[in-house]
Amino acid sequence: MGDWWTPAMMTDPILDTKDLSSISGISISPSRQNSLPSLHSTMTLPKTSYSVLSAFCTEENVSQCITYINQEVCSLGLSGVSLECNSDGLNAVPVLNLLYELVQLHRKAQRTLQELESQQLKNESDVNHLQHNNSRLKDQLEHARRENSGLHEGERQLQLKIKTLQNCLKSEKEEVQKLQSIISSRATQYNHDTKRKERECTKLKERLNQLLMDKRDKKLAIEVSNYVGRSDGKRGLWKTGKMEARHEGEMYKALLSDYESRQRSLMLENSELKKVLQHMKKDMISILSPKKPCVKTEPAEDSLEQVASEGEEETTDSSRETLEQSCEQAREQLTNSIRLQWRKLKSHMERLDSQASLVACQERESEDVISRREHEEEMQRMRLEVQQCKDFIHMQQQLLQDMSSPCDEETAALLNDCYTLEEKERLKEEWRLFNEQKKNFERERRNFTEAAIRLGHERKAFEDDRAAWLKTQFLNMTPFVDRKRPALPETQSALSVSTEPEAKIQSTPPLLTKSQSYTAFSTPKAAPVKMPSTADLYRSLRLIPESRSHGRRQSSETLDKSRLRHGSADCSVFSLVRDENSPI
Amino acid sequence: MNFSDVLKQSNQLCKISPDGKYVATCVQYRLMVRDIINLQIVHLYSCLDQVMHIEWSSDSMFILCAMYKRGLVQVWSLEQPDWHCKIDEGSIGLVSSRWSPDGRHILNTTEFHLRITVWSLCTKSVSYIKYPKACQKGMDFTSDGRYMALAERRECKDYISVFVCDDWHLLRHFESETQDLAGLEWSPNGCVLAVWDSCLEYKILLYSLDGRLLSSYSAYEWSLGIKSVTWSPSSQFLVIGSYDEKVRILNHITWKKIKEFDHPGTINNCKKSVYKEVEQTTVVGGDNLSIHQLTAGNSLFSPKSKYEITPLPAQLPVIKPDLDRANPKIGISAMAFSSDNRYLATKNDNMPQSLWLWDMQKLCLLTVLEHTAPIRCFIWDPSRPRLALCTGNTKVYIWSAAGCLSVNLRVEGIFQVQSLLWHPSGSSIVLLSKEQFCICYMDSED
Repeated sequence: MGDWWTPAMMTDPILDTKDLSSISGISISPSRQNSLPSLHSTMTLPKTSYSVLSAFCTEENVSQCITYINQEVCSLGLSGVSLECNSDGLNAVPVLNLLYELVQLHRKAQRTLQELESQQLKNESDVNHLQHNNSRLKDQLEHARRENSGLHEGERQLQLKIKTLQNCLKSEKEEVQKLQSIISSRATQYNHDTKRKERECTKLKERLNQLLMDKRDKKLAIEVSNYVGRSDGKRGLWKTGKMEARHEGEMYKALLSDYESRQRSLMLENSELKKVLQHMKKDMISILSPKKPCVKTEPAEDSLEQVASEGEEETTDSSRETLEQSCEQAREQLTNSIRLQWRKLKSHMERLDSQASLVACQERESEDVISRREHEEEMQRMRLEVQQCKDFIHMQQQLLQDMSSPCDEETAALLNDCYTLEEKERLKEEWRLFNEQKKNFERERRNFTEAAIRLGHERKAFEDDRAAWLKTQFLNMTPFVDRKRPALPETQSALSVSTEPEAKIQSTPPLLTKSQSYTAFSTPKAAPVKMPSTADLYRSLRLIPESRSHGRRQSSETLDKSRLRHGSADCSVFSLVRDENSPI
Repeated sequence: MNFSDVLKQSNQLCKISPDGKYVATCVQYRLMVRDIINLQIVHLYSCLDQVMHIEWSSDSMFILCAMYKRGLVQVWSLEQPDWHCKIDEGSIGLVSSRWSPDGRHILNTTEFHLRITVWSLCTKSVSYIKYPKACQKGMDFTSDGRYMALAERRECKDYISVFVCDDWHLLRHFESETQDLAGLEWSPNGCVLAVWDSCLEYKILLYSLDGRLLSSYSAYEWSLGIKSVTWSPSSQFLVIGSYDEKVRILNHITWKKIKEFDHPGTINNCKKSVYKEVEQTTVVGGDNLSIHQLTAGNSLFSPKSKYEITPLPAQLPVIKPDLDRANPKIGISAMAFSSDNRYLATKNDNMPQSLWLWDMQKLCLLTVLEHTAPIRCFIWDPSRPRLALCTGNTKVYIWSAAGCLSVNLRVEGIFQVQSLLWHPSGSSIVLLSKEQFCICYMDSED
């Protein structure tokens, strides 16, 4: 852009001064526009210099200027906007458009510039930070290096020290060894020397002795006014072999007497100890023997004890007689028996101990139980008391409420409400109870009806049987015995007036087989599912033959029949029942 | 408790005759024999030089006075005051002189332990025993006086010779299994000889009268060993005090250790009792003053003291010995049984102010007596379980099972008790200071 700009300036230096005013006039118009707050330029040139220097366009070079501007604009990429020059001058619209574009461009540029600046600032601060960081790290590194070197130095020194110490140790060791060797050598030397000296000394002494003897030291003498008698009054004896033997004998006598006295004292001690042992054993036996009965619960130990006691009896006798003899065997026996007794005593003591501990445990437990029971009883009692108290309090409260209710209408209403509610609750409860009772009753009734139906059927069967029996009796009594069989249906018909259902049943023998097979299927359904109604009950109880529920009855009949056939025991039961029910 | 007048003596030479009738003392070159009861001079003998050592013969008939510097021994008779005997060891010198148990022979040890000369008063004969060993206790007689054991050193080895004292017949001569024998002692019944090595090695050997080695015992190695050995009067126990501040007791049947007595610096067993001597500053005036004034200056200026029971645990004063020196002041240096074998008294050298009393029936510590000054001497009453001790001040301390007490000497002048001797009957104690002696008569009811 500068390339373009500067030559234009250079080429027309004269124009500059001439178009000063017009340029200024043009330049004013944008400045006026710039008076808007949005328009703001950081790069605004000083107006004075602008107005003086940039006399770009004059009236003469308008076209040139226009082309130049166009070119410029083209190069800026604003090809859509170009200035056209017509006769009366510049067309204002494209110019304004161009200006607008330019302003836009300028603003964009400004913005990017700002952004870049801020970016720049940020980057700078980043750089600063990094530099700072860097320097810090460098410092650290330096510090670490220094430290490292220091440590290295220390280590080196320590190693040096170690080396010197090791050297010292080595030298000390050597020294010690040397000294030890010196000591030992010295010791041997000194020993040798002392021996030598001693020898010399003895030699000297010898010599001295000899000299003294030779010299016959005049001074060496004893002057006694008169001889003294021996302290024992005896005369001195000549030194002879006999004397020597006597001395020996005396010495041995002395030794012997010493040993004898020592033996005597030991014997005494021994006998004392034996006595103590005997005593101990006796005590043990006396302690252990009364315990035997209680020990007898344990057979193994008992047997052992008995064996032991037998043995011990023996030993006591033997030891008693050998106490004076003090022979080896007897002593052994004694000690053995004592040992045995001791073991027994120990085991007994242990047992006693364990028993004692057990008893103690039990006592403790029983104490515990008693206390717990007592505690529970107490608790129970107290709970009861509490309950009573509560009841009492409740009653009192109720009474109080009752007392207080007439004084206040509202509260009375409220209380009434409460009471009704309570009543309701109570009623509900009662209702529920009632329902339950009803249900129970129903169940009972059902059971009862069933039983009644069964009874009815049984009765019917019984009636049938009686009728048949009477009939046969009757027929047997009649002279027409041989005509009995053909007459049977007739009698049946004759009797049918009173016992119709019986006849009906009687008339269905072919059905029996069928019903039997039928019952196999139907009984589970027929009996529990189909509930006999109350009407049925009444009917069966009163024995009213009704044609209404004939079919149903028949089914139940068949059921009962089948049951009858199944077991005679049932029959008897039913008969009993019937007997009871017969008054009905 | 009564005190006699204070009398002079020199070199602490004061001995009671074995029969208990007389007390012999020396002042310079004079030997005085006094009646023990009234202290009247019975006999007065003049020796040739300052006496260094005196000894009664066993029958109380003769007194031996040794003048080591002159190599002379003079013997005086009580029965015949004009009888005298002088033994001159000549140029060879004399370091020790003693009676034989029969009271008719004198055994002189010459200088350098060259030999022992046995002089007989009966026959004027002289015999020599060569090669005696110079040691702590190289010679011992059995209590019945029949035998003498002597340590010898020949060709760098220790030997033991057993002599019959009757005629100085050598009964046994055997090599002892010691490196450097330090001492030997007969058991009171005279049948066992205990022999111990020098302090460099803890070793004690027990020989029978006929020279058989019965047993040997060593508690530890590589440390200073035995410092003192004592038999119980019944010969039942042999107690060994050592440099590790312990007393070990061996029994006479197996010769094994049956008990070890420690001497700790603190006593915290509440069953024991510690009696501590507490000095009281004398209060001038008061009811005791008159008695003090009567009995004169000795006790007037010295503080009274009494024993107090110390609450336990009790800390005993302990001195730190210099272990680099020879013969360090540590370990059990003195032990003594009471005459009835019941008690044992011991003294630990690094607790010089404390005396330990042990019950030998229970084999445990009975009590500890702590004093304000180091103990100089402690001796049991020969007749009763009663102990007397002194600490170099003006007091005598008596302990018995019933209790203990300190008694201020009520005598004229300053009398610091350095040593003491019991009368054989136990009725009195001879108290010795550096230059004086007096007799303390015990009350009969004590």
